[in-house]
Amino acid sequence: MRVLAAMSGGVDSAVAAARLVDAGHDVVGVHLALSKNPEAYRSGARGCCSLEDSHDARRAADVLGIPFYVWDFAERFAADVVADFVSEYAAGRTPNPCLRCNEKIKFAAVLERGRALGFDAVATGHYARLERDGDRMSLYRAAEPAKDQSYVLGVLDADQLRHSLFPLGGDTAKAGVRAEAAARGLSLAKKPDSHDICFIPTGDTAGFLHSRLGRRAGDVVDLEGQVVGAHSGTHQFTVGQRHGLHLSVPAEDGRPRYVVGVDPAANTVTVGPRTALAVRVIEGIRPTWTESPVDGSWRGLVQVRAHGEALPALVTATDGGLRISLDQPAYGIAPGQAAVAYDGDRVVGACTIAGTAA
Amino acid sequence: MTARTYLDHAASSPCEPGVVEAMAEAFAVAGNPSSLHASGRRARRVLEDARDSLAADLGVLPGEVVFTSGGTEANNLALLGARPPWRPGLAVSAVEHPSVSAVRERLPGVAVLPVTTTGHLDLDAVAALLDARTGLVSVMWVNNETGAIQPVAEAAVLAHATGALAHSDAVQAFGHLPVDIAASGLDLASVSAHKLGGPVGIGALVVRRGTPLSPQGFGGGQEARLRSGTVPVALAAGFAAASRLAAVRRETEAVRLGRLRDRLIAGAVAAVPDVRVNTVGPCSPAIANLTFTGARADDVLLLLDAQGFDASTGSACSAGVHQPSEVLVAMGRSVDDAGSSLRFSFGPDTADAAIDALLAVLPGVVARARSAA
Repeated sequence: MRVLAAMSGGVDSAVAAARLVDAGHDVVGVHLALSKNPEAYRSGARGCCSLEDSHDARRAADVLGIPFYVWDFAERFAADVVADFVSEYAAGRTPNPCLRCNEKIKFAAVLERGRALGFDAVATGHYARLERDGDRMSLYRAAEPAKDQSYVLGVLDADQLRHSLFPLGGDTAKAGVRAEAAARGLSLAKKPDSHDICFIPTGDTAGFLHSRLGRRAGDVVDLEGQVVGAHSGTHQFTVGQRHGLHLSVPAEDGRPRYVVGVDPAANTVTVGPRTALAVRVIEGIRPTWTESPVDGSWRGLVQVRAHGEALPALVTATDGGLRISLDQPAYGIAPGQAAVAYDGDRVVGACTIAGTAA
Repeated sequence: MTARTYLDHAASSPCEPGVVEAMAEAFAVAGNPSSLHASGRRARRVLEDARDSLAADLGVLPGEVVFTSGGTEANNLALLGARPPWRPGLAVSAVEHPSVSAVRERLPGVAVLPVTTTGHLDLDAVAALLDARTGLVSVMWVNNETGAIQPVAEAAVLAHATGALAHSDAVQAFGHLPVDIAASGLDLASVSAHKLGGPVGIGALVVRRGTPLSPQGFGGGQEARLRSGTVPVALAAGFAAASRLAAVRRETEAVRLGRLRDRLIAGAVAAVPDVRVNTVGPCSPAIANLTFTGARADDVLLLLDAQGFDASTGSACSAGVHQPSEVLVAMGRSVDDAGSSLRFSFGPDTADAAIDALLAVLPGVVARARSAA
């Protein structure tokens, strides 16, 4: 196969590319330039946007002896991922930009360009498994649960998955990839993992949102509507958040309070006790399916955040969406995040959380 | 891997065996050419033989050749060092190599001399852009992206008429065109070894006798106090050997490569729809620049690379991201067209068969790249 290996400059994608070379594929490495103004160097955890990362990716490709190109997707990324990130926060929701990038950039714009250029598939260093059974391609959790990244791939559809490769998904040995990178002579074996949002290299999401959305002071109110504090912009808050509230009026029962609602229209943030966060029903919009749409009701598992647990639920197809009824209440589910539905270890589909109910 | 066809000589032209031999011999000579002892004298002999040979090929005196680390340093030295305080003004063409245009961006009030749509200096516009404060006029001899040959002698006359000095970046000219610095009337000219089959890491600034130049780096005062740092003797020997080889075959190669260039251009225009030719008028025989409207240059390169061809966009990269050619934009091309342009450049190993092979794959490659844009 002719494979386009997306190489971030990190250890996982480099080893993924190396394994494809070993398997006899015709591999070309591509690093995505996603920032208009890449930072020359970054300390600490790193993502996808620095010159150092593109250098590291190029160096790995050179060691593997494969062609390497940098593709400029900065404009698409700014429009499809960064602008969406900002507008979702402005609307009082909590987006997941990595998921969005997979859906709109890596497995869409990049895959399209690659296919047009004659490539059969895009490969990444994500930890998830693809299994083909005849014409059927199924996406499963990684063999190693601690490394599983199937959640951020849950938005991919059947056509995208048929042209995807995740060479690391079957790994079981812990930390094996770093040892493998070192054994292959890849100097990025010791590079730290990236955790932060790549376009906010400082990790200061609040500051980033302030710079894009400005400051707009408003009230923090409790469930009775009583003002208990002040905020400088609703986009600074996420449902389920406990820290950084700076409340001036203590709770009567002395228990911790959480953000239970964000209302940009009224410019208020509502706080309440943990019990007010309990969610039993999730209304999802924009459903996507890894294979084919599933109608009616079915029992499965639902994951609502990147490293969250799988919650048993009844999933029902609604008009243009999904209703997810959880067996047990879950806490701190933020609108805007993705809910990914599983059948055991198999990813069935995903939707964007539009609303929740107790 | 299949046999590769190297069509990127303007980026760097491989060292030929004679050049490697000359360097191997010189590397075996121990010593610092500035030392007074026997070893130093032996090294100095090799260095000065190289300087003599190179000076003869350039049409200047040995004392007028100042070795540098390459074309970039030579251009920097000329632009920064040849403007006296009472004439600080600089005028450069709009289509210079980054080692000139980046200096221009760091200096205030630099006059930019416009080019025509063929990329040649608009001589009628030059005089009005020079004044009594212009200290140096710099116009490249051959454009590194399009191959356009500039009227450097005419530019030198205009510079001298206002009392300014004249410099030319002759990096892409030396070895391909007759480059007689004395006859050109230039005061300063930059050359580089690896563009004509010499080693990477050495170049020279020709400084005509009597031309005031102040050093821009400081140290041991080598190279007539104009360029401090121990001169790499073996690289100088390689430079001289490459220059000799190029000089001996230059006339026959110019005819041969010019024919290859014309065949590539005509073949591409005939076989690929919507090709725009950017190598027109007086041009180097070794460079052909084509715009494949509607295709990303990067994608054409990727597909050619996969078919075994090494070509280039010819312009600078930023973090590996291809930027639209500023040279083509200065010639009046759209930014999109400037980002759809490729340079093919030739050298002694470029055979007829390479052009045939390229023309055989080019229509399919461009069609596929266009479908991905």
